[in-house]
This record gives sequence, structure tokens and C-alpha cells, in this order.
Amino acid sequence: MSETVRRRGRIGYLLLVPALLWLGLFFVVPLYSLVATSLFNADGSDLRGYQMSWAWGNYTDALDAYWQPLLRSLGYGAVATLLCLVLGYVLAYAIAFKSGRWKNLMLVLVIAPFFTSFLIRTLSWKLILADDGLVVNTLQLLHVLGSDGRLLATPVAVIAGLTYNFLPFMVLPLFASLDKIDHRLIEASSDLYANPFVGFFKVTWPLSLPGVVSGTLLTFIPAAGDFINVQLLGSPNQRMVGSVIQSLFTDANDYPAAAALSMILMVLIVAMVLVYVRRAGTEDLL
Amino acid sequence: MTGRWLRERIVLFLGLVVLLYTFVPIAVVILMSFNDPASRNVYRFDGFTLDNWANPCVDPSMCSALGRSVEIGLLATLAATVLGTLAAFALVRHDFVGRSATNLLIFLPMAAPEIVMGSSLLALFVAAGFSGQLGFWTILIAHIMFCLSFVVVTVRARLAGMDDNLEQAAMDLYATPAQTFWRVTFPLVFPGILGAALLSFSLSFDDFIITNLNAGQTTTFPMYVWGVAQRGVPMQVNVIGTLMFAISIVIVVSGELNNRRRTRSLTR
Repeated sequence: MSETVRRRGRIGYLLLVPALLWLGLFFVVPLYSLVATSLFNADGSDLRGYQMSWAWGNYTDALDAYWQPLLRSLGYGAVATLLCLVLGYVLAYAIAFKSGRWKNLMLVLVIAPFFTSFLIRTLSWKLILADDGLVVNTLQLLHVLGSDGRLLATPVAVIAGLTYNFLPFMVLPLFASLDKIDHRLIEASSDLYANPFVGFFKVTWPLSLPGVVSGTLLTFIPAAGDFINVQLLGSPNQRMVGSVIQSLFTDANDYPAAAALSMILMVLIVAMVLVYVRRAGTEDLL
Repeated sequence: MTGRWLRERIVLFLGLVVLLYTFVPIAVVILMSFNDPASRNVYRFDGFTLDNWANPCVDPSMCSALGRSVEIGLLATLAATVLGTLAAFALVRHDFVGRSATNLLIFLPMAAPEIVMGSSLLALFVAAGFSGQLGFWTILIAHIMFCLSFVVVTVRARLAGMDDNLEQAAMDLYATPAQTFWRVTFPLVFPGILGAALLSFSLSFDDFIITNLNAGQTTTFPMYVWGVAQRGVPMQVNVIGTLMFAISIVIVVSGELNNRRRTRSLTR
């Protein structure tokens, strides 16, 4: 195969500029506005206007008031990501190694449910986990739940919803990684008397790490910022930072606090991602 | 003997269980689309009816929200697909200064939390004095923005995996650059562009978090569902959910069949 030659010249820039302009104007510049807004005077308002007052206090105030939802979001996001990793790995492994000629069909089936609206899917879980529903009744019968125990309005329901809704973000990168693995390597490990478990942990798992890293990132980031699941399946006791930010913006019209909280969330996520990627030793992914 | 048989299949079996689990809520949505509810406040299956399918627009605000979502979805898809495809060609076929910065700029919107993107756009619109004009256009701007990166990545993958021997051959046979592009390159890239467009539409159609922050008084379909979720969901919502599922299944399966036919005719 001949190497594609990259042409120099003006045309490349012309093709690129419209997209970059759009992203610059509506992704980068807004981030700047967000930083600016987070430093506006907190006593301003929509009507009276805001001034740039370098009000770093907005950040400490936001942390003081909302550290609980913030930590909860990261915690729920992490647990949901872990559950997604377990479920997703089994599914991706089955598709990559065991599905034979049904591989493409199974891949299609993985994505298909997620074309139905996110909100409708989540409402559907609300019905499944409802107080007199089959799931709750069965768990009560088995004494896993008390006789007046419930799932809705508990962390369990919220985490279950997050796990379900972000599962394909885990499965697809995992599959992409697993599908590339040369089967001869696994055969070689069994020829060298490794039992299937040793073979898995010494060969398959390390080779699938790039998929694990990108899958966990693609799941964790949206899960930690989500507020749809907590709003529909949880209660104010499980309030996550996404709902706080959105209600500060749309109900309370407290833009500086909302912007500061948004920035804190982003910085925390970026920091966690960097540490994690460094630990996993796959920096070249970014 | 049976132990071995089981060991060979246990992973596939577990995988199928996980797959089945992803369909449970869909089954409920389909079931509830035939529900004849006893009261609006109690959300459970009370009896079978075809009424919801016969009269999907009992609540006219649902159908107008749906229409608006389709309209925004189509426009956002068109714009994002065109801009994204041009950029993908530039990235794969052209050389320019600032390649890694460009890649980063394209990657970031896919990784940033939606709530942060939504709130920063709102901060921009407010700072620019558009807080009174939030609505159709601000939603459209936002949707084009978050669809763009996905288009670039999808089309770029298709282009990068493409052998340029066919194009070389066309040029050798005295095709002009325009002929080569429209008769050889474009048809080869088209499946990638189509896939990107479908992905854009579903992203746009389904978005709630970014849209909700930048919508003002305008209501899209997900926002309608969000609103009724607090006060009782009309069963017609499930009709729409079922339709979305059916349409996407038809699209993906026909794409898959088309693929199979093409590979078969190529290998024969």
C-alpha cells in the first residue's frame, strides 16, 4: 500500500478553518466566559449586571456550600464506572472472542437500546425499580430489603441508572482493544502451561488496557456530571453536583456561583484523569 | 466433558445475559406504549390498548416539541457533517502547522462534561447580551458544536483506513482531480459520512443537559419528557420511544445487510 501523501498548501487550512472557528467560538471562548463569570461579584444579578471583581471567594463559597454533592458525584461516578467495567468487559470479551459470525450483529445490538431517548430509558428504570414492582417485591421476599424497603430514592437506584446509561461508552472501546489482540498470544500462553486465569491476567488483560483506560474515562466523565439519573431515580438526599449547577443557573440565576462550581468540577475531573492516566501508564492515549 | 462444554460457553452466556439486561428497559417502553392507564399519576401497566398508537398527539405540546427536535437535529446534522467532513479531509490529506493543537481541540469537546460545556455556553450568551434571545438558534449553535468532533473522528477513521491505490489508478487513467474525487474518493468515504450524520442526529435529538441550559423558553422533546416526568408521563411518550428504537434498528440492520452484500459481491 502506498503511503498517503499529505499535501501542503492553502487548501488544507481552508478546509479546516470553518470547523476550528466554530469550536473556537462556541467551545473555547465559552470556557473563557465561564472563568470570567466565576470571578464576577456575587451580589450582582441578571438585571443589575455583573462586574469583574476577581471574586475568588466564589470558589470557597461554592466549595463550602456544595462539597457534599461534589464528592457524591465523584463517588457515584466511580462506582458506576467500576460496575460498567465489570459488565462491559464480560460483554466485550464475549463479542470479541466467542461470538463467531454473530460478531457484527452483537455489536449492533449493544448500541441499539441506546438510540431510544436517554430520558425515556431512565423513566423506564423508574418503573422497573418502583416500590410495588417485581424487583422490589422479590428483594423483599428474599429479605435483602426490609418489608418497607425501597430502591427508588436510594443511591442504589441512582448508581444502577448511571451504570445502565453509560454502559456502551465502556463496551465499545473495550471491544476495539480486545478485538485487536492476536489470538496466537493467548494460545502461546496455554502452550506454555498457563491456566486460563493466568493467561487472562498475564496476556489478555494487559493488552486490553488501552481500552480499559479510554472506556473508564468515557464512562466516568459523563457519569460524574450527570443529573438526569439522580433527578428521576433518586431524591434530594442523593443530589449530585450537576443538578446543583443546573438549578443555580436556571432557577436561582446565581451565575457566579454556578460558574465557580462548574470550574471546580472540571478541574477535579481533569486532575483525576491525569493522575489516573499516569498511573495506568498510557499517557500516549491523550 | 460437560465441565469443558460449560467452560467454553460460560463467557458467551454471561455476555448474552448482559446484553439481555440492556434490553429490559426497552421492553418496558414497548409494553407501556400499549398501556391503558387507570390514572395519570400511577405509572404501571393497567390494561392493553392501541389508543396511544392511534392518537400519538393527544398532548399537542409533545408533538410540537418532537417536531422541533427533528428540525434542530436535521439542521445540526447537516452543518456538523459538512464542517466536520471538510476538517477530516484536511487532517488526513493535508499538511499544516499546529496539527497536535488541532487534534486536542477536536478531542476536548468529546471529553468535557456536558454540564460544563452547557454552562460555559450559557455564560457566553449571557455575557454577549443574548440572555433574552435564548431559544432555537442558541440550541442549534450548541448542537453543531458538540456534534462536530464526533463527525471529524468518524470520517477521519474512515479516511485513514482507506487505501489510496484506487485514486492513484484513476489519476493514472487521466481522470481530472474533480472526477477522481467525485467518482472514487467520495463514494469510498460516503459510508463514514453517513455513519457520522446518523450519530450526529441521534446525539442532537437526545441531548438534554446542554440544551436545557441554553433553551430559554423553547422546548425540545427531551425537555418535554423532563417536564412531564415530574407530573405524570403520558403513555404516548412510550410510543415515540418505541418508534425511535424501531427506526434505529431498521437503519443499523439494513446498513449491516448492505455491508454483507457488498463484501459478498466483492469476494465472488
